[in-house]
Amino acid sequence: MTKVSMTVNGKAASGDAEGRTLLSSFLREELGFTGTHVGCDTSQCGACVVHVNGVAVKSCTMLAVEAEGAEVATIEGQAAPDGTLNTIQQAFQDHHGLQCGFCTPGMVMSTAALLKENPKPSEQEIREYLEGNICRCTGYHNIVKAIMAASGQDVSAIAAE
Amino acid sequence: MYNFDVEKPTSIADAVAALASDDEAQALGGGQTLIPTLKQRLASPSKLVSLSGVAEMQGVSTDGGVVSIGGATPHGVVAAEVAQSYPALAALAGNIGDPAVRNRGTIGGSLANNDPAACYPAAALASGATIVTNGREIAADDYFDGLFTTVLEEGEIVTQVRLPVPEAANYQKFVQPASRFALVGVFVAKFADGVRVAVTGASEDGVFRWSEAEAALSANFSADALDGLSVAADGMMADIHGSKAYRAHLIGVLTKRAVAAAA
Repeated sequence: MTKVSMTVNGKAASGDAEGRTLLSSFLREELGFTGTHVGCDTSQCGACVVHVNGVAVKSCTMLAVEAEGAEVATIEGQAAPDGTLNTIQQAFQDHHGLQCGFCTPGMVMSTAALLKENPKPSEQEIREYLEGNICRCTGYHNIVKAIMAASGQDVSAIAAE
Repeated sequence: MYNFDVEKPTSIADAVAALASDDEAQALGGGQTLIPTLKQRLASPSKLVSLSGVAEMQGVSTDGGVVSIGGATPHGVVAAEVAQSYPALAALAGNIGDPAVRNRGTIGGSLANNDPAACYPAAALASGATIVTNGREIAADDYFDGLFTTVLEEGEIVTQVRLPVPEAANYQKFVQPASRFALVGVFVAKFADGVRVAVTGASEDGVFRWSEAEAALSANFSADALDGLSVAADGMMADIHGSKAYRAHLIGVLTKRAVAAAA
């Protein structure tokens, strides 16, 4: 076991990890940030997406010890401390961008990364960026709508596919 | 996963020493292939030597018509950094896996792994790249050595990749939608002294150069120059996603598309 320390959502956090401990397991089981979901554990589904030093990564495919000293952002840090949803989360709620909600933490974290690099993405750019986030309920249409809304764009023009 | 130790050296010299100190140690790039492999217990190293903290293996520079990329540079950084200097390479890097994978996976890891359906081997071979390791410089023509095999020795690390920038180039990837790897990918690069065509995803021997197409395109750089040329189905890979003949056919189609896009 090694002691691993990082900053999660702006606060210092540390715990014990083996070499093989995945960042997703460390966040969930050692630090208690269970908002990060593990859907497939094979880096396909994107439910486990978190930000490490400002970029989106699949936390099931990164070792916890590699995040030593890193700034990590998870879904728990997205809403305000009083529970007020951020713009992306509110848009997902308003546009029914979730059904069962299992993929939502990864969808929201990927969206946050997308809007940071591209504040007004086109529908095509949104769909391409979410290539690595799978919604088992197949609710993509409303997810795309939510992201258009979160980026201050007109959602009415989006065609159902 | 079986357990292992992890070392995080900050210099190439320390990384090489860490790998040399243990026969069962293995280098860890971005881990986007290695970690899934470990989960399936297809590998069981005693120690992983993480290269992501080695600063001298990070970053991209362009000088004298050559793009030099540190071995530990993630695909996403390459895509952004070479957008102006080598757009075809930027497009290739920006279409590997998905955005989160591109933030971890590295060019050195991809070239060391030499997956027969990976994109970077096609770029390296078509560009006539030089693979720089901790001990030597290897021409791409001498580097790839079959399925998941290169001429790298145990403990040798890809520290940098130098790619001459062609006059014109394009990469066409027929995406296998589940894996996001290339079902077939063709990289065409036109240099002053001739055209190089590298094919990934198709052959049982991994990435290869299609010499007939190179000769035809060196004489006449147009898609029409490829009329009548075909690749034999013999020696192609076959799986649930595509037969040997299908892959062989795709090579011709994608090469024409790449030439049309580059010309």
